[in-house]
Amino acid sequence: MAPSEDLVCCPVCDALHEIHGVTDGKRLRCVRCNTVIAVDRPEAIVRIVVLASTSLVLMFIVIFFPFLELRNGVFDSRASVFETAMAFNRGVMAPLAIAVTLFVIVLPVSRLVCFIWALGPLSFDRPPLPGAAFTLRLAETLRPWAMAEIFMIGVAVALVKLGDLATLAMGPAFWSFAAIVFITALQDTQLSKYSIWTALDTASRR
Amino acid sequence: MDGTGHRIAALTAREAGLVGCQHCTRVSPMGTRTCTRCGGSLESRDRTSMQRVWAWWLVGLMAYIPANLYPMLLTRTVGQVQDATIVGGVIELAHHGAYGVAGIVFFASVIIPVGKFIAIAYLATIVRRPHGHKPGQLLHLYEVVEWIGRWSMIDVFVVAILAALVQFNLLATINPGVAAVCFALSVVFTMLAAMSFDSRRIWDQIRQTSDESPA
Ligand SMILES: [Zn+2]
Ligand SMILES: [Zn+2]
Repeated sequence: MAPSEDLVCCPVCDALHEIHGVTDGKRLRCVRCNTVIAVDRPEAIVRIVVLASTSLVLMFIVIFFPFLELRNGVFDSRASVFETAMAFNRGVMAPLAIAVTLFVIVLPVSRLVCFIWALGPLSFDRPPLPGAAFTLRLAETLRPWAMAEIFMIGVAVALVKLGDLATLAMGPAFWSFAAIVFITALQDTQLSKYSIWTALDTASRR
Repeated sequence: MDGTGHRIAALTAREAGLVGCQHCTRVSPMGTRTCTRCGGSLESRDRTSMQRVWAWWLVGLMAYIPANLYPMLLTRTVGQVQDATIVGGVIELAHHGAYGVAGIVFFASVIIPVGKFIAIAYLATIVRRPHGHKPGQLLHLYEVVEWIGRWSMIDVFVVAILAALVQFNLLATINPGVAAVCFALSVVFTMLAAMSFDSRRIWDQIRQTSDESPA
């Protein structure tokens, strides 16, 4: 069988499907494993770029402002995500510092930058920047390793653990972080591999 | 079906003499190494997949054992040092009456990792030979394992946050223990094990025994 642009494979189970233009708002699911292969939502690209840009701005607040403050009369302690990551930077624990920095700061930020780089020009009807395909693939690869939302649950557990030791207050970064987690979840529902790659293809040809 | 896609009698790209891209869904002639659209590497079936699954699975298990034996959290209060292992931390939370949070931590640090070891081993064993299991159910199991694995990191982050907050005061100091490193490594290794698994293999063997049943 000759490969053609109308022929796509299911990324999960390899079943072949023919696509003759997915119509408005419809979704094409794999006949065998039910994975969503294509979603026709032309506005999805713009939405992803807007959400990614918003998250990126919020991320700066998250990294440098305190997200938790600890008070018990005698002492006052506050921690930013940056300080949390640096808490381990001695001796054997250094690998942990690197891991926390990567999972909570570096990888989520990289993923956002990748999305904006690859899809940003498309939302202004411009041809894509060089390396757009690579950054888009990278964004997909990074997905499981960006763990901002898991860190949030960690914050909640830490609150309970310290509850009777001191009074805790949420800092501004906590709320920014909560917003990012929500935005990221929204952004991921907009994704369909076929549709995004087709959009990138179309923009490259212009 | 709610799309305009056309079913080609559950023919796979491999059977049609094509190789499908798992990054962008484009198909290319068999033997193509890199995808013409996205530049990702193409492999009709990942031949080293199973070896990698078992290798990561094994190192993950090797890291998980010390993660449970050594202390996760070292708390120093005036003249007194307290160690807490993963399970010890959960028990302590329960003693404080925080049953909900104790449940979350127990689920993330014990149930998920143990369940993952069992599920990955089960999947990797089953797809080697022709099997009569429903592929849809196996895929669901795989998707759950792949999605839930990262949530085990909760306890590592809790230790990090506690250590950062309660570091510079005189009443108490909290430091991460060796188990925090082991546990983080174990989570990363099992995530890699789950990712190395080629989900397309679930369907390859089913067809040799029974006719493919709809998922
Ligand atoms: Zn499929
Ligand atoms: Zn591709």
